[in-house]
Amino acid sequence: MALQDKDRIFKNVYGFQDWGLEGARARGAWDGTKALIEKGQDWIITEMKNSGLRGRGGAGFPTGLKWSFMPKSDPRPSYLVINADESEPGSCKDREIMRHDPHLLIEGALLASFAMRAHACYTYVRGEFIREREQLQAAVDQAYAAKLIGKNNIHGWDFDFYIHHGAGAYICGEETALLESLEGKKGQPRLKPPFPANAGLYGAPTTVNNVESIAVVGDILRRGAAWFAGIGKPNNTGTKLFQISGHVEKPCVVEEEMGIPLRELLERHAGGVRGGWDNLLAVIPGGSSMPLLPADICQDLTLDFDTLSKLKSGMGTAAVIVMDKSTDVIAAIRRIAYFYKHESCGQCTPCREGCGWMWRVLQRMERGDAEKREIDLLFDVTKQVEGHTICALGDAAAWPVQGLIRHFRPVMEERIERHQAALKQAAE
Amino acid sequence: MAVRRIGPNQPASFAFTPENEAWAQATIAKYPPGKQASAVIPLLWRAQEQHDNWLPEPAMRVVADMLGMAHIRVYEVATFYTMFQLSPVGKQAHVQVCGTTPCMLRGAEALVEVCRHRIHHDPHHLSEDGNFSWEEVECLGVCANAPMVQIFKDTYEDLTPALFEKVLDGFASGNPVKAGSQIGRQASCPEGGPTTLKDYAKAGK
Ligand SMILES: Cc1cc2nc3c(=O)[nH]c(=O)nc-3n(C[C@H](O)[C@H](O)[C@H](O)COP(=O)(O)O)c2cc1C
Ligand code: SF4
Ligand code: FES
Repeated sequence: MALQDKDRIFKNVYGFQDWGLEGARARGAWDGTKALIEKGQDWIITEMKNSGLRGRGGAGFPTGLKWSFMPKSDPRPSYLVINADESEPGSCKDREIMRHDPHLLIEGALLASFAMRAHACYTYVRGEFIREREQLQAAVDQAYAAKLIGKNNIHGWDFDFYIHHGAGAYICGEETALLESLEGKKGQPRLKPPFPANAGLYGAPTTVNNVESIAVVGDILRRGAAWFAGIGKPNNTGTKLFQISGHVEKPCVVEEEMGIPLRELLERHAGGVRGGWDNLLAVIPGGSSMPLLPADICQDLTLDFDTLSKLKSGMGTAAVIVMDKSTDVIAAIRRIAYFYKHESCGQCTPCREGCGWMWRVLQRMERGDAEKREIDLLFDVTKQVEGHTICALGDAAAWPVQGLIRHFRPVMEERIERHQAALKQAAE
Repeated sequence: MAVRRIGPNQPASFAFTPENEAWAQATIAKYPPGKQASAVIPLLWRAQEQHDNWLPEPAMRVVADMLGMAHIRVYEVATFYTMFQLSPVGKQAHVQVCGTTPCMLRGAEALVEVCRHRIHHDPHHLSEDGNFSWEEVECLGVCANAPMVQIFKDTYEDLTPALFEKVLDGFASGNPVKAGSQIGRQASCPEGGPTTLKDYAKAGK
């Protein structure tokens, strides 16, 4: 059963309506926020835990649990940092929240900050989202003017919402690179531990959360953990913004329930696979770093964290990239490999050198200009990058290549055979 | 990693306009005392906007001095982040074509060809009249409206080569087309109308 409109959180995801304070209030935002705060920090964190919300930034870490790691009494200030760097290829949802439903984010930020005893939140918006930043700032100005946030606001918890921005660097979506960047440095990830909850922004306790994770907080607390937990599947609860790109008839962003079957998602909202379901070649289910899944696995596939990780792929940001049979799948992954090569911050050798190496080999494999044994060598190199780096960008670069080899080795071999046959013919 | 170097031809000096200077001071105040280095990206960005959309080296020194940072630290930032343009860009348009896989699947390579023919064979070079330049960039977070380009602050989405030519014509004639979807879609709503929240779509804009 598909999600019903009454259970949708992002009622203005396409911007048909007023994005501003009045519109947001009419849709239910900022309703009874004070009463939620009066229930106290522990109540909020318990509700968040009970809702089952898992972080929407890619890793799926339980949000309530993450908040509970923040110190309860510490002389240092605490910070909430909102990750609006949205740069994982395929991902385009946080943009819609910022430009069309920004008050959901601001209200969620107040509630989350209160729960973690933070009086300030910084939202790090990717540099290219200039209009989105302007829109979010306009909404923040409205919230200050209405005394919803700021010093001595009507909610009784002093709270400042600052908007910061980057200038083009995917790696700044990684939470510790983001903090480095926010401190005015190159965005190079930090070694963990210490984790941000102990030493984050300016060395103070910090929680980094994705835009969508924070924007759903108001509705979860207002409607109750049980409501959210009742949508989706056990351990994979709630609603989720899916982003459907590539070879579908009607690419779109849509809020659906976690665990929706892939085919239903595509056919109900995106007009189906271009040329029909049987024309499907493969799907990348969660953004570019998640290994692709070939059509035969997609038949009954449901989109949730647990199902996808069992299949050696992942939910990621729920950015579903569809490839039909016209796709040169080696070229598609080669372009992803180029992305990671371009975005590696360069501080660990396996990532810096490995990303470039994988890309160059895939360029040759796309032409077939390789030896078959190099496929195993390529797989071996992905294993040397994976798990041997400071941050997960190394894994993110290795996984798509592993997915290609796992599911499309015959295509790679055939390409090599064809190339060798052509060479032989030319020589004769 | 991308190799990025500061361009060879630089102006002698840079100074913020009084309005931008005031804006810079207000921006610095968003960060706790002693943490003013946090403002480095916003200030560099403002300098770039003020200076025909590219960031000259003297501006890096001005920003460093304002924030009490060593010059080398600011050079590092300016060369690390790819939105800082280190040499001049087209005055009427600097076109950023997204080339990453979701855009590629829907025809981004053809948009790059348009740039090669119409602007310059190579990225980061000015067109003959100095009015246009282009580069291929990585995913701009607009994948459900692929393929797309960004020109300065705005995105132009759901493109074909012909629609892209029209966008460029608009910049060339000083009459830019409306930003956003070029096939008349509302944001990332499915083409032809929403499959959800129909009551909310009817409520009007
Ligand atoms: C290379 C890399 C890029 C990332 N990019 C983003 C991003 O753009 N947005 C985001 O929210 N999280 C991103 N993450 C995940 C963050 O590190 C972090 O887990 C997330 O912001 C936590 O928020 P959540 O718990 O609400 O999901 C990225 C991680 C890595 C390793
Ligand atoms: S894995 Fe790559 S991106 Fe991450 S810290 Fe190392 S070099 Fe930088
Ligand atoms: S791949 Fe082009 S906007 Fe995402």
